[in-house]
Amino acid sequence: MPPNFDGIDRAAINGKLPRPERTVQVLIIGAGPAGTAAAISEAKSGAEVLLVDENPVSASLMGLDTPLYFGGRMTTAVQRQERMLEQIFASNPALEEALDLGVEVALATYAWGAFVNGPGLAAMPQPVVGLANEERAWLVGFDKLILATGARDIPLAFPGWDQPGVMGAGGFAALVERYDAFAGRRIVVLGSGELGLKTVSLARAKGLEVVAIVEALPQAQAMVGSDLADIPLLTGQVIHSAYSGLNGVERISVGPVGGPTRELSCDTVVMSIGMAPAVELLNAAGGVLVLDSQRGGHVPLLTSQGATTLPNVFVIGDSAGLGTPQDSQSYQMAWMRALLGVGDEQVIVCQCEEVTRADLLGVQPPNYLQRPEKLAGRDVHTLLADGPINQDQIKRLTRACMGACQARRCREQVALTLACATQSAPIPLAGFRAPVRPLPLKVLADWDEAAAMTAGWDVWFGIPSQWVPYVDIGTEREAAQMVTFSEDPA
Amino acid sequence: MTGKGASVVIVGGGVTGLSSAWWLARAGCDVLVLDKGIVGWEASGRNGGGASHYHSPLYAEEQRLWPLMDDLLGYPTEYRRERVIVAMSPAQLASYHKMAANFNALGYAADHIDSRQALDLAPLVSPQNLGGIHVKFGGHANPQRTVQAYAWAIQDLGGKIIQNCAVTGFQTQGGKVTAVDTAQGTFGCDAVVVAAGPQSSMLLEKLGISLPLAAARAEMIVTEPAPLMAIGGVDGNGLYGRQTLRGNLAYGGGPHEWLDVSATGPAARPTTPLMRNLAKRVAELLPSAAHLRVIRSWAGIVENTPDGRPVIERFNSPSNLTAATMSGVGFGLSPASGHAIADLVLEGQCSFTDLSKLALGRFADLPSDWREQRGWVAISSAGS
Repeated sequence: MPPNFDGIDRAAINGKLPRPERTVQVLIIGAGPAGTAAAISEAKSGAEVLLVDENPVSASLMGLDTPLYFGGRMTTAVQRQERMLEQIFASNPALEEALDLGVEVALATYAWGAFVNGPGLAAMPQPVVGLANEERAWLVGFDKLILATGARDIPLAFPGWDQPGVMGAGGFAALVERYDAFAGRRIVVLGSGELGLKTVSLARAKGLEVVAIVEALPQAQAMVGSDLADIPLLTGQVIHSAYSGLNGVERISVGPVGGPTRELSCDTVVMSIGMAPAVELLNAAGGVLVLDSQRGGHVPLLTSQGATTLPNVFVIGDSAGLGTPQDSQSYQMAWMRALLGVGDEQVIVCQCEEVTRADLLGVQPPNYLQRPEKLAGRDVHTLLADGPINQDQIKRLTRACMGACQARRCREQVALTLACATQSAPIPLAGFRAPVRPLPLKVLADWDEAAAMTAGWDVWFGIPSQWVPYVDIGTEREAAQMVTFSEDPA
Repeated sequence: MTGKGASVVIVGGGVTGLSSAWWLARAGCDVLVLDKGIVGWEASGRNGGGASHYHSPLYAEEQRLWPLMDDLLGYPTEYRRERVIVAMSPAQLASYHKMAANFNALGYAADHIDSRQALDLAPLVSPQNLGGIHVKFGGHANPQRTVQAYAWAIQDLGGKIIQNCAVTGFQTQGGKVTAVDTAQGTFGCDAVVVAAGPQSSMLLEKLGISLPLAAARAEMIVTEPAPLMAIGGVDGNGLYGRQTLRGNLAYGGGPHEWLDVSATGPAARPTTPLMRNLAKRVAELLPSAAHLRVIRSWAGIVENTPDGRPVIERFNSPSNLTAATMSGVGFGLSPASGHAIADLVLEGQCSFTDLSKLALGRFADLPSDWREQRGWVAISSAGS
């Protein structure tokens, strides 16, 4: 063996990724009903349990519609974390029981990644979940991981949907039920399925006025009880626009897709057309998903015991799939198709990156780039001629779904819009990648980096011969040019 | 079933294959690009976008072409000239100064800058920086936009691209490749280019050629947008990367994981908690941006030759075969590598630079355990 090869690549990742700060027997992400019940059950069987929940999330993340589509309709009370913590305990009494059973409960703690060895990765010393608060990030190992991360909102674009006061059913429920921090009074509900009616019931129980239920399909999608008979149910109609003043939405126009429209006075529009199982953590860790319209869309591939394709990782509750009597994809597609019939091509689809419907379907670059003449000849149809539509590819070209909200506001509707425009089967899911919560650099950073990481860090592969200038190869100058850019050239 | 084929079939729609096809199409050649997935989907679309490679014989051509690429391709690449490389430690400063010396030796200006000058050029940089170098050419582009620009430009010139069409083998006759086999049929050809990244080894083996390659995963992170700096190509502190024209900070660096990649390509491209070490270095380098949120990470699978240098060669047997691997540094050099490869296909030699030191023959005496010697083996098979 030549002297400079000793069987070890000092710049490789081997042995550099740190072990977690601690390892627990059972780690549960999500302290909603399913996660809390699982924590209680595991604790009763004698396990050491850490139950993590990101709520109350910081007010700044709520402003980014993370994790739910809050639509700027929270009161300033969301800035008071102590009050928010009290609200969480008050709205979920089972948490007290979990605490009494010895469950360690970590609230206001984000789970931003899960990392297990699998295809393309063998460097993890053990399976871990990445956690963080507003100050720092850390890793926790687990023997068993239970994901109970609930469901996310699925917003759909229409003119004015980017104004404060347009929100999702999940965000609405969180503000009303959990935080008592909803800043609206008069709501219009989009969608008449179970989700829509749940929104209506919540609103009524809170003494809010429900101005109307709007349903794009010709008939109500769930049994509307007699107690709701006084609420106008506008079937075969959609929202045409939301009009805003200083405090966001003040009124909307509704009507059949082709008109005529009329105006309704309201301060909030709650989109209750669908929710998606929150599968970000699982998918980012390599867990396999399947499209199951009866379970709410892209859901974990599960065994009958709730096991995922990842060892010792389980998914429960809404994140495992939503029990919906509806064909969720067809229903969402029907709404999307109807909404594409109102408003023009300049309706923004991706709020973060300001991508319009026209830009998305024209696969046009963002406005800060020139659009040379040739680009006019390219669109989603020419791309389709090259092969099946891939949302990740469209994302690269248009920047739709590339923003700071991590596509929470547009992931599903971009796929629906592309499917509508190309008459194609459901578009494959755009992948999720850690961090699945947008964390500041200084919070995510590993400030206590392992010595092995520091010592072996190289800007690229640390191959000494790689950067030898071509003219020096094979000359006496070659040896002197054999360098790496690592901190520790030894 | 036999597909229509083309004068030149290019196996691999990564940035090297695409650029080769584009140069061939520009020369009036009938080209067909075959890719196992989507164009530019692997490392070609997942890198730092750098375009400043003094070590390469393609360097001068790289520098000549990048400023022209938007116009030549007809689609935006987001290319921007210049780089600032900033040190946070004396060891970094020494290595960046060495880099500047290499640039200057080639006649391209790279100035030493002090801490104050670094701050003036790149306001997000730490006031604690130790200075660095200002590279007055080079630059960076958007890999994802660039690969699509190549693909569209090929199509505009009449070239064909078939995606989701993995090559399974070759047909040869009289010392030449006569056709390329795929799951979608057989495509006849007068010449073939293999530029299939890590899979090139397995493909060339079918033609009796042994190209030693090892593949590894490298990772990057990206933040939400920061205020635009005058020069977006700001890196250093052990990182490579850039500020995009949107303002996002996209950075990579640090350790890689060696993998065994099958003939069908990477099984997955996971990222790891390494993103925390990247975040630390970005926050150290650009503390004024440390509050910005990291919104994504990604990984790419990169192949390397035993000496980390490219192989670009037109073979004697089969005589109409040209193959290329850029050994982990392919994106930035792509305008020039495609030009060189097109020259090899059409003329048998490169018209603008010497490539003789990049011939495969240098590995003729390579021992079969070369990966083990270097520790370039997948962790599971290393038993650790």
